[in-house]
Amino acid sequence: MSTLVALARALAFVQGVAQPITMVRHIHCAERPMVFIPLALAGEANAPLAAMVGDDPDRPRLLVVPQPRNRDLRFAFAAELASILVPHFERFQTVTEVAAPDRTGQARWRSTDAPQVVVANPAAAGFVRLFGRSTRFRRADGPYAVDARVPVLGQWLTFFAERAEYPGSSLLVTLTDALAMHWATGQSALEDTHLPALLAWIEPPEGRDGATAAMLAEDPGIWPPAGPATDPDFDNRVLAPAIEAYAAATTPDAGTLAECQASGALRDAVASQLEPTWRLMWRAIALLRALPPGVRVADRWAADRDAYTEFAARLEGSGLPQPRRDGAVAAARRLHRLERALAAFTVQRAYDDPLIMAEYRLTGEAFVATVLEADRLRIDTSGRRRTLRPRVTVTTTDPAKPEVGSTWISPARPAQRARAVEVVVARGAETTVVLELSGGMGRALTPLPGSVPDAGERLCYTSLADQYVPPGDFPAPEETPWTHGGPPAPASLDAVEGQAAVASRRGDDLPRDDLPRDDLPRDDPAGEEWS
Amino acid sequence: MTGTASPAEAADRVVGAVLSGLQHGSDQGIVVDSPPGAGKSTLVVRVAGELAAAGEPAILIAQTNEQVDDLINRLAATGAHRQIGRLSAVDYVPSPRVAQHQVVTVGTRVRDLDGSTVIVGTAAKWATVPEGTWPWAIVDEGYQMRSDALLRVANRFQRALFVGDPGQLDPFSTVESERWVGLTWDPMQSAMAVVLRHNPGLPLHRLPVSWRLPASAVPAVARAFYPFTGFRSGTGSTARRIALEAQRSAARSAHDMARSALDNVARSALDDAVELAASRGWALYELPARHTVRTDPEAIAACAALATRLLDRRAVAYSESAPSGRPVSPDRIAIGVAHRDQAAAIRALLPPSAAAVTVDTANRLQGREYDVTIVLHPLSGRRDATAFHLETGRLCVLASRHRHACIVVARAGIQELLDAHPGNTAVHLNVPVTFPDGWEANHAMLAHLERYRVIAG
Amino acid sequence: MQSASRIRGSARPCAQNARTIAALTSNPGCDRRAVLDTAGVDKQRLADHIGYPARFGQSQFAIVRGNAFEAQLKADQCAALLRLLIEQKIVPPGQHARHVDCSAVGQTESQDDRLARTAGLLGEVFKGGDSWGVPGQRPALLLDHPLLAMTIAGRTVYLEPDLILIGPDARVHVVEVKSFAVIDGQAAPSKVAAAAIQAAVYVMATCAAVTEAGFDAGAVADEIVLVCPRDFANQPTATLIDVRKQLAVLRRQFARMARIEMLLAALPDDLTFDLSIDESGVARRPPVEVVAALECVPARYIPECLAVCELAGFCRSRSRARGQTAVLGRDVCERLGGIEEVETVLGLASGTLSPSPDQTETAAVLRLAEQLRSQSLVLAGDPTAASSGLGLSALGLSA
Repeated sequence: MSTLVALARALAFVQGVAQPITMVRHIHCAERPMVFIPLALAGEANAPLAAMVGDDPDRPRLLVVPQPRNRDLRFAFAAELASILVPHFERFQTVTEVAAPDRTGQARWRSTDAPQVVVANPAAAGFVRLFGRSTRFRRADGPYAVDARVPVLGQWLTFFAERAEYPGSSLLVTLTDALAMHWATGQSALEDTHLPALLAWIEPPEGRDGATAAMLAEDPGIWPPAGPATDPDFDNRVLAPAIEAYAAATTPDAGTLAECQASGALRDAVASQLEPTWRLMWRAIALLRALPPGVRVADRWAADRDAYTEFAARLEGSGLPQPRRDGAVAAARRLHRLERALAAFTVQRAYDDPLIMAEYRLTGEAFVATVLEADRLRIDTSGRRRTLRPRVTVTTTDPAKPEVGSTWISPARPAQRARAVEVVVARGAETTVVLELSGGMGRALTPLPGSVPDAGERLCYTSLADQYVPPGDFPAPEETPWTHGGPPAPASLDAVEGQAAVASRRGDDLPRDDLPRDDLPRDDPAGEEWS
Repeated sequence: MTGTASPAEAADRVVGAVLSGLQHGSDQGIVVDSPPGAGKSTLVVRVAGELAAAGEPAILIAQTNEQVDDLINRLAATGAHRQIGRLSAVDYVPSPRVAQHQVVTVGTRVRDLDGSTVIVGTAAKWATVPEGTWPWAIVDEGYQMRSDALLRVANRFQRALFVGDPGQLDPFSTVESERWVGLTWDPMQSAMAVVLRHNPGLPLHRLPVSWRLPASAVPAVARAFYPFTGFRSGTGSTARRIALEAQRSAARSAHDMARSALDNVARSALDDAVELAASRGWALYELPARHTVRTDPEAIAACAALATRLLDRRAVAYSESAPSGRPVSPDRIAIGVAHRDQAAAIRALLPPSAAAVTVDTANRLQGREYDVTIVLHPLSGRRDATAFHLETGRLCVLASRHRHACIVVARAGIQELLDAHPGNTAVHLNVPVTFPDGWEANHAMLAHLERYRVIAG
Repeated sequence: MQSASRIRGSARPCAQNARTIAALTSNPGCDRRAVLDTAGVDKQRLADHIGYPARFGQSQFAIVRGNAFEAQLKADQCAALLRLLIEQKIVPPGQHARHVDCSAVGQTESQDDRLARTAGLLGEVFKGGDSWGVPGQRPALLLDHPLLAMTIAGRTVYLEPDLILIGPDARVHVVEVKSFAVIDGQAAPSKVAAAAIQAAVYVMATCAAVTEAGFDAGAVADEIVLVCPRDFANQPTATLIDVRKQLAVLRRQFARMARIEMLLAALPDDLTFDLSIDESGVARRPPVEVVAALECVPARYIPECLAVCELAGFCRSRSRARGQTAVLGRDVCERLGGIEEVETVLGLASGTLSPSPDQTETAAVLRLAEQLRSQSLVLAGDPTAASSGLGLSALGLSA
């Protein structure tokens, strides 16, 4: 929470409508996102009740578990969901492009596009994760066999859920988070996790202010909750009788017609809870699409496509499900990657968006300045070799007070470093800085045209650096030291783990958290799940 | 019993047990907990010397370059080492305290440091060393180090001595994730925590005596932050005192007069606080209750004014190491805060005569020592407490850097703030509860400070 | 001088329980909540009556599942539960258990009779009476829904833990059964926190009962046993939770209860939240009167209240109507320098309001933030913005 966002919230409160807090969009919007609204049965651990899913706003698919406590019906739901999602997920593998080679110089390919799953709120993203967890260890053979696509769906959902932890990733988009990243409402962040209320602030209906519209949107009688939890009142008044009626209609004595009727009534009841959210979600997607994308969104989407390509290949390869929890090495490696992703995302967002950069100007980590004079051709002769070191004198009224020796970068010329060699803080609000430039000017002793700012140019300098940080080295899992419990039991080091270890020694920088680590799924009491 | 032994004997006994475990024990690790100023570095240097003498080259893993340089300076002074290796990044420029020692060799690769009887580097640098295994490592500041940092270096040693102060700030991550919570190898916990969770049988020693904290500080700090283990002071209640050589009225520097911000601060209350701290070791300089921004101008001004006042009153510190007194010069004073912007604001207010006063955040004051500290209470002027501001280690670090006296600057109302703080914070399964809790420690410290209150204005 | 019963009016006091007591810790700075809870006012009804119905309804699916889970644990002399306790090394292997039903006998048993029954039981067990076997040789006793009591702010509060285990070594553990799932060793932290603080209330009450019976409260463990369904199955799993922190929080809040007496004493003599009904079942007092009464007791609204307090909807709307920054959340308040009114924030930010001496610092930050924000937004539509990265705000400055 920055001061600028806090101020925007105060403004939204007074104006009765949400205020923009970015000037560009910081997530990728797919051409055909797969919208997924799951509903869960109250009191159970992530037991599906129903879902609305699809990539066409006009043609949602409705899936219902008519008796949510029945394990077979739940897995029938999972199979049906898999029949929709898995082909969609696999479809993007076919068209590939050549990507930059990895650190060992090995050629790489990536899919030109990737699937994007969109859910309403953090709880729905949590459902995706747990549904992945509850299905990926299922087996298509042996006792309690399930449809072969169910465990595959489980691995895909797990992949999406894990990838969503990466700051800046857009493979699984949580709409309330995505909207709140771009708009500040006049309510609290806690209340922003309610999609109908959040949208009521962003697009209040004619004649209503955001606060009133949001309050109405919180009434489950007017707007059903966006799930996965259902309205208890709906459960007690509508759903429970409908499930009972269905149960009664499926007894041997009842006829097919009765069953059809009961099933239809149940579907209608559930649909009444899902359809309003379905419409809201597409409205939210349209709002996001209408924003111009930030320059670096495409780079991050390319990283997402890398992750997708890699995972799809792994599924076709070993196909072993992701482990329940990370092993010691896997955990440390993943944390390292998450921290690097966050650092990059933080910088990229500021580079792409003046309104985000303004937050750093406020704290003195960036400043916008006017070039007073530029010594474009200055040569530094103090070293062994003559080097091009132009100097520019800039002046700013921003609060930043650069220290002599500090390094600054202008997002307009990200390859160039500017070192403060002289700083004059005037009595007023004005600060004058002499910056010595290096890099990004070509190889000659005269700078390439436009590579050195001209007098009169206004530009931003920041201490945020969007630079590549090489990934750290970690021991292989079988070399886990005694301080961290020693190597995991040999049986759990499977072939894929070995591959990951090889990759880690190679210094391969691709996301690998989707690889199994150190426990095998075989001991799962499959028959008892959801019993 | 430790109760009857002198502080020196009690401390020696623990050091002796550590050394004996090192030479005769078979445990893979030895853990030493140390309260503030209990001779942790002395122990590290001594162990490195013993290992060198026994012909077992050791590696020493510290957390910051500053710490590495400090340790090297002390290792070199012992004369116990044929060669000390300083493993460094490419852009490292040896600090004067390292460069002055002939015995130190600086290198970016381990093989540049062949022949060293001890090699010292930061954990981050050691993580880039791909091979080699040493019989012993000494891991310094194990409570500041993150578990994943230890994972990256732990294959470089067979056995290790882990040393640290459990009262320091926990390591943190920019990433917020509950993914690993509950796992014994959670990479976000401290290195010490991960070692102890996987090796609960390791011998655990506690250094029993703080040589830094004065007798006036130990009971309060021990009760608030080390409630189960406790520790004692190495000096008696009369061993440390501060004399103020300038009178209240006489001491007004020109700078002091010139600064209008400082002039707004009531002078008599400043003097009262300085005098109270000088005579009793503590003072709570209390401003009227008010919610403020982080850089509360009045509190900021009070911190700067107290430091200036202390200098103007020409404080002289008498102690066992300076029986005939040593002036409390600016470099012997620190002002500790929670946030960097607070430090910057205070620095901007200090007159040139006080420019050498250290102003820094709790994170950066860890492991440092001064005669007098002035602490801007992390909860001063706040509407709500957050986990950050309540963190036990933050207040502990701030309240345990001084050899003589500590003056806490705070707005009234912290008690109410703590009482109104929601007590139903998240609970995770399978995570050992750490004590003391920050909320309780803050209450305890506040109850202690109440007795030293000076009302400002 | 006001008394709790006068404030409540003619209604029977709304029974306090471990959950309402635990709620004391969720926003302990709120006087309104403290007064209403202490007086035993039915906040749900109150909220309904004034037009801000609280939505804390429970789905029958959740209730059914919770009951089934508990029944499953207790079946067969608590066989399933005993297995877990042995697994957790609270009860030695091979130990037998005895299930002691302490729930109400019939419809008629009074609270006090039940209380006496539980107390008698505890006394006997600790004495090592014959019927239970001598300590060390008797079965683990599982007291099912015993009744305990505590005095809080002068009122007796009855508490009914799910189970209390008295081990063969006479160690006492509170057992809390919850129906949220523990998946791969993790559960929702907020739910665990609620369970922990609730169980801590039971630990305190159990300590009190043991002391009352003349024995050392040290026998009561300060870790509790939380039993939940594991993963996606109905199989139970037990986790030990150290509740020393929760106990400290509760003790401190109880110590502050005297403050509520003072609050009550300071309220107007005729203040009441009486909701007595007429023949048609409608509360007699017009809502506007009740609202006026509520306004006499200051609230400390924070958005977190919405999840725990029945009156939160009302308090939020009042806070909103007053234009308080509190409705925007605690982190926003902090960023706004603790200024309480949104209008003040915007006035200082736009420069239309001149800051009081203690606002100067905040005002300077807000003013700058406002300038930076509008500079950037003024040229929102500028086409050069996208290509030049930061050129946009630079242009904004020169415009």
